[in-house]
Amino acid sequence: MLSDYLPIVLLLVIAAGFAAVNLGITHLVGPRKPNPVKLSPYESGVPNIGDARLRFSVKFYLVAMLFIIFDIEVVFLYPWAVVFKDLLAQGTFVFTEMVVFLGVLVLGLAYVWRKGGLEWD
Amino acid sequence: MAVATSHYLILSAILFSIGVAGVLTRRNAIVIFMCIELMLNAVNLAFVAFARHLGQADGQVFVFFVMAVAAAEVAVGLAIIIAVFRNRETVDVAEVNLLKW
Amino acid sequence: MFEIDWNILLPSLVVAGLVLVVLCVDIIRPDNKGGVSGYLSLLGVGVAIWVSLSLWGRSPTHGLGGMLFLDNYALFFNLIILAGTGLTIFVSTGFLEREEGGRSEYYLLILAATLGMMLMAAGADLIVIFLGIELMSIALYILVGFFRRRTDSNEGSMKYLLLGAFATGFLLYGIALVYGSTGTTNLREIELAVAQGRVYTHPMLLGGVALLIVGFAFKVSAVPFHMWAPDVYQGAPTAITGFMSAGPKAAAFAAFFRVMVASLGDLSGDWSGAIWMLAALTMTVGNLGALSQRNIKRMLAYSSVAHAGYVLVALVAANERGIAGGVFYLLAYAFMNIGAFAVIVALGRKGDENLEISGYAGVGFRHPGIGLAMTLFMVSLAGLPPTAGFFGKFQIFSAAVEAGYIWLTVIGVLNSLVSVYFYLGVVVSMYMRQPVGQAHAVSMTPFARVALLTASLGTLYIGLAPTSLLQMARQTVSALL
Repeated sequence: MLSDYLPIVLLLVIAAGFAAVNLGITHLVGPRKPNPVKLSPYESGVPNIGDARLRFSVKFYLVAMLFIIFDIEVVFLYPWAVVFKDLLAQGTFVFTEMVVFLGVLVLGLAYVWRKGGLEWD
Repeated sequence: MAVATSHYLILSAILFSIGVAGVLTRRNAIVIFMCIELMLNAVNLAFVAFARHLGQADGQVFVFFVMAVAAAEVAVGLAIIIAVFRNRETVDVAEVNLLKW
Repeated sequence: MFEIDWNILLPSLVVAGLVLVVLCVDIIRPDNKGGVSGYLSLLGVGVAIWVSLSLWGRSPTHGLGGMLFLDNYALFFNLIILAGTGLTIFVSTGFLEREEGGRSEYYLLILAATLGMMLMAAGADLIVIFLGIELMSIALYILVGFFRRRTDSNEGSMKYLLLGAFATGFLLYGIALVYGSTGTTNLREIELAVAQGRVYTHPMLLGGVALLIVGFAFKVSAVPFHMWAPDVYQGAPTAITGFMSAGPKAAAFAAFFRVMVASLGDLSGDWSGAIWMLAALTMTVGNLGALSQRNIKRMLAYSSVAHAGYVLVALVAANERGIAGGVFYLLAYAFMNIGAFAVIVALGRKGDENLEISGYAGVGFRHPGIGLAMTLFMVSLAGLPPTAGFFGKFQIFSAAVEAGYIWLTVIGVLNSLVSVYFYLGVVVSMYMRQPVGQAHAVSMTPFARVALLTASLGTLYIGLAPTSLLQMARQTVSALL
C-alpha cells in the first residue's frame, strides 16, 4: 500500500525542512565580514592561477574534427557485419563493397597524413 | 502505461522546436550550430520511432546516413567558424556583418 | 540479388572516380598548385558528358535497389550540371592564379559538388536526394570560403553554412513525416501510396510536404528563403558564384520537380497554391532587389533569385510544356550566367576585383569583344529576343497560360519588364558612360577565352536554333508525368 510509505515521506520532509530552516537562520542572523581570502573559490586550498576559460590550442579542433569524421563511419560497418555471413553465401560482392568503402576512407586518411594534419607541431 | 509512438513523435517535435527557437534567438555561431544539431537529432528520433512503428528498417538506415552527414557538416562547420574567428576575433553573428542587404 | 545495371551508375561513377583520381594526385604531389588537377578534371568532365549523351534516349529504368533512375530527365540535368562544371573549371584556371588561391582541393571540391548534383537529378529515393544535396552543399560551404584570409569570403561561407544546415533540418523533418505517413522513402512507392490512398494520416503527409517545400525553396533561393543568396554570392570567389548559380540551382530544381510532380503530383491541388505564392514573391522581390544594387555580383545574386521565380512558374503549371520549358530554361540560364561571371572575372585585376557597375564605364570601347559578350548575356538574362533567355521564358509563360494561370503570367511578364532596366543598365554603363581613370590591360588566359566563347556561342545557339534542344527537353518530361 502506498500509505505504508507515509513515515518515509514524513522523514524526508522533516530532514529537508531542518536543513532549510538552519540554512535560513544562519543566513539571516550570522554576521558577514567578507574578505578576499574568504571569497576565493577554495578558501584553504591552493591559490588559483588565472581564468578557467583560457583559450586552448586550435590543434585540438583539428583532432576532434578528424576523429568525428573517421569515427562515425563505423555506423556503416556495424550493420554490414551483422548481415555479412548471410550475404557472403550469395557471392563476394558484399565483401568487395566494404573494401571499396574503406578504400575511399583510407584515401582520405592518406590525404590528411600527407597534408600534415596528423602532426602535432 | 506503455510509451506509444506518438510520445516519441511529440518529444521529437518539441526537440525540433527548441532547436529552431535556438537558431532564431541565439547570436553565437557555435551555439546556433549546436541548435541545428539538435534539430537533426530530433529528426533522427522521429525516424527511429516511425521505423519501429512500421516494423521496418528503412528509417533506421536513414538515421545512419543523417548521422554521417551531420558529422561531416560539423567538421566543415567548425573549420569555417574557426576561419571566421581568426579573421574577426568574434563568432557573434550580429557582429559579423560586412555584407549588408 | 546483387545484379547491378552498371549503366544506371555510369555517369555518377565516372565523376566519383574522377574525385578519387584528383585526390590521389593531391596525395602524391601535395605541393601541386592545382594545374594537373584542373586538366584532369576537364578531361573527366568531358568523359562524363560523353557517357551521358551516349546513354540518351534509352527506355527509363531504375536500379540499385530502387535508389537511382536512369532516364532522359536525369541525363539532361547531367548535361546542364557538367556544362556548368566544365565552364567553371575553364574560368577558374586563370582566376586562381591571379588571386593566388591555387590549390588542388578547389577542383576536388567542385567535382564532389558535381557528383552530389548528379545524384540529386538521378535520385529515386529521398535518401539519395538527401545525400546528394548534402554532398553538394558541404562542398559549396568550403568553396564559398575558399579565400580563407578574406573576411567577405569567410562571412559568406559562415552564413551559407548556418542557414544551409538550418534548411537541411527542415528538409529532413519533412522527409521523416512523409516516411511516417507513407511508410517509404522511395519516390515511386510514395507515388503509389498517395495514388492508392495508403496514407496513415493525411495531415502529417501534408505537413511533411510543406516542410519539403521549405527545404527545397531554400536550396533554389526562393523568397522568403532567399536571405542567404545576396551575401553568399557577393562573398564567394567570383568563379564559384558563377558555378553556384548554374549547376546547384539546376540540380535543386531537378530534385524539387521530381519529388513534387512525379511523387506528389496527386496532391498538386494542395501544394500548387503555395508554389504560386512562392513564384510570385520570388520574381517580384528578386527583381525589385536587383534594381538598387551597385555591386554587379550582388545584382546578379538578386537576378538569380528572380530567375528561380520564373522556373517556379513552370512548377506551378506542372504540365508537359511547363516542365520542358523549365528544364530548357535552366540549361539556357547556366550558359548565360556563367558567361556573365566569366566577364566579371576577366575585368577584375589582382587586388581590385572591379565589381561596381559604374566601374564598367567605357568597357565596350576598350575591350570590344568582352563588351559584346557581356551585352549578349545581359540581353539574354533580361529575356529579349533573339537570345536563349527569351526563348526559355516564352516556353514557361506560355505553359502557365495553357494551365490557366493568367495572373501569374502577368506578374511574370511585368517582372521581366522591370528586369530590363537593371540588365541594360550594365550595357549603358559599358557603352554610354565616359570611362573614369586609365585603361587597364585585360589579360585573359586561353582557357578563360574558351569559356567566354563557349558561353556566348551557347547562349546564341540556344536562342537562335532552340528546336533540337527543346526536343530533348520534351523527351525528359515522360519521366515525371
